[in-house]
Amino acid sequence: MTSKLDLDPAAVRAARRLAERAGAPIVDLARRHTTVAVERATLRLAGLTGADSDGIPWVNRLLDCVRADLAEDGGLQHGAALPVWDALRREGIEDLSTLAQKASAGSVRFRLPEGADADVARAASRRQVGAGVAALDARRAERERFVSEVGDAPATPWIYLIVATGDIHEDIPQAQAAARAGADVIAVIRSTGQSLLDYVPEGATREGFAGTYATQENFRLMRAALDESSRELGRYIRLTNYASGLCMPEIAVLAGLERLDMMLNDSMYGILFRDINPVRTFVDQRLSRQIHARAGIIINTGEDNYLTTADAVEAAHTVTTSQLLNEYFAKEAGLADWQLGLGHAFEIDPDVPDSFRMELAHALLARELFPDAPLKWMPPTRHMTGDVFRGNLLDGFFNLAGALTGQGILLVGMMTEAVVTPWLSDRDLALQNVRYVMNAAGRLHEDFHPSPGGFIHERARQVLGESTALLERIIEHPDGLLDAIADGTFGLMKRPADAGRGLDGVAEKSDLYYNPASDILEAP
Amino acid sequence: MSIVRPYGDTTGDGMVQLSFTLPVPHSKVAEGAAAQLAGKMGMDPALVVHARPMGPDFTFFVVYGRVHHLVDTDQVEVVERDYPLLTPKEVNAAVKERLRRRLVVVGGCIGTDAHTVGIDAILNIKGFAGEKGLEYYRELKVVNLGAQVSVPHLVERARAEEADAVLVSQVVTQRDTHLLNTREMAAAFREAYPEHRRPLLVVGGPRFDETMAGELGVDRVFARGTTPGEVASFLVARLTGQEAS
Repeated sequence: MTSKLDLDPAAVRAARRLAERAGAPIVDLARRHTTVAVERATLRLAGLTGADSDGIPWVNRLLDCVRADLAEDGGLQHGAALPVWDALRREGIEDLSTLAQKASAGSVRFRLPEGADADVARAASRRQVGAGVAALDARRAERERFVSEVGDAPATPWIYLIVATGDIHEDIPQAQAAARAGADVIAVIRSTGQSLLDYVPEGATREGFAGTYATQENFRLMRAALDESSRELGRYIRLTNYASGLCMPEIAVLAGLERLDMMLNDSMYGILFRDINPVRTFVDQRLSRQIHARAGIIINTGEDNYLTTADAVEAAHTVTTSQLLNEYFAKEAGLADWQLGLGHAFEIDPDVPDSFRMELAHALLARELFPDAPLKWMPPTRHMTGDVFRGNLLDGFFNLAGALTGQGILLVGMMTEAVVTPWLSDRDLALQNVRYVMNAAGRLHEDFHPSPGGFIHERARQVLGESTALLERIIEHPDGLLDAIADGTFGLMKRPADAGRGLDGVAEKSDLYYNPASDILEAP
Repeated sequence: MSIVRPYGDTTGDGMVQLSFTLPVPHSKVAEGAAAQLAGKMGMDPALVVHARPMGPDFTFFVVYGRVHHLVDTDQVEVVERDYPLLTPKEVNAAVKERLRRRLVVVGGCIGTDAHTVGIDAILNIKGFAGEKGLEYYRELKVVNLGAQVSVPHLVERARAEEADAVLVSQVVTQRDTHLLNTREMAAAFREAYPEHRRPLLVVGGPRFDETMAGELGVDRVFARGTTPGEVASFLVARLTGQEAS
């Protein structure tokens, strides 16, 4: 797509440099810390699965034992790998789940190995976690083979539809019906509140609150069902879930192992909207993104949330700022441009004059700032009132804006947003809406050239300018982005670095810290 | 005039529109079935103006038709809320104007209950049912203590924060724990505060009965489906109303 906004390349470079300056200290912070979720993700990569009779996963049980035994000696600071693989060798235990069970029963004690013992433990952990990373590679290769075998989604934007019954066995037929009706991507909404659980539930689940729990078994069941649909329909149907909340990196591992294709994975959403500790979030996020990068998973960021809580005109620049930060963190973690489903949304009050022109300006700005990223285009929710007829019209304009600005992933808007969870007929009408717009105007972007100096050009320039100014303000804070998050620069939430959920699961790494997953994933 | 009927384009024509889906493949029989349903619903004549297959097993219909029912607006009964439902903007304005400081809300799940779904739906900015949580309200200061908060700790934090209201969510109901916990909490607050200084006590959860407030010793019980806006409106009505009088 040729440039339609004539953005000043120097201004774009400056904005990216500012995002890098704001983000670099956070990356440094993330390198210096570990979390319980990072260590548990490592154990999952090493193959530890399952849960005890109370449903608490063995990765949690094992890590809790390691932490408790090393409480006097730094606890989490050295990571789980050295004590765990040292104990395996000393006890002559073959597998991690036996170790976890024995440790929970109190019959194994952990220590921090030194010298040659540490070397042996390090090498053994690296071998075992390496096998897990190889499994991620294998699933990625499998996806590539599958796509070339059955064919990819026929056109962009990819049509993204949601299912959310709470019961995986109800979700499956709904997802297959949505795929038949034209969806290229199925997202299974998670149960409300899963983001605040400090463990990943186990097994197939049949009850959730307004969504279905993200579990490895649910992932496996849905992926298998969509593989069946992909073969039936002759196009690969992608599956999406959420790597967010307190178990971000663990869920990323499960997604990689079960060949999920896209994951919601925002850098700041958990902090701002779920009150999760900022350090916890940034540390967890970095490993989760390294895993996504390796597994060939496309991430979806959550900028739409900024617009559902603040005015979409006034807060337009916060979306751009967040996109720039998300891009920086993503690339630092090894994600490629094609994996960056940066988010934005059609949320301007339709009663505001020129609202559609502004939407086009904002959407084009995102398109031109991130020309090689797929971009996730989110439908109106805030101004969906229950008037389903007006809602259908708004969704039509949303689809048109998506077509005109080359969005990569289109989350299909439902006219019954804010009324009911989508009915069969709602989904069908919504897809008719998309098909009509794409058929009638899908290539209109070829003729669409906003005039230089006109409203759309000026609005895009203004938003980029405001975004740059916001990044400058962030950098001016003594402790940069962390301070800015603490004083409420983003959204309305003040989130200090020493508060929030999951803080007790964060530790500064010791000099002896070793994590085979980071070691392998960060290898050049 | 208290007797009315629907209006299409002429007074008294009784015209309505209706859409629905039947789990039947599209056919003449399906269209007949749609007309039959509309007829049984009281539309006469019923005109099936649109029928469209949705996949092999379902058909979507739009039906227009006349109904002969009369409604008497004098006989409409409305369940009156004892507080007006306010928008976030109105809540903020009322607090600012009448309280002249931020209204402090302390919330959490008490006892062994680890289900923060309810309290988070009300307090987290993310909110519930399309409404933002109380954190979103500029004039409300929200302290969410999370799960498994002990009653003494809750009282202590309420004191330290000078809470105007305490919100407690209870999901687990085994052996009526939600009721026992609530009574224990209410008693603790009564003991710790002089009667007229006590914060407003609000409990909520899917298995509570809204009529039980008095029996439990709290000021309000909210049941399943309560939205943050309802809670905020209630707090404003009770707390700013009192100070104004």
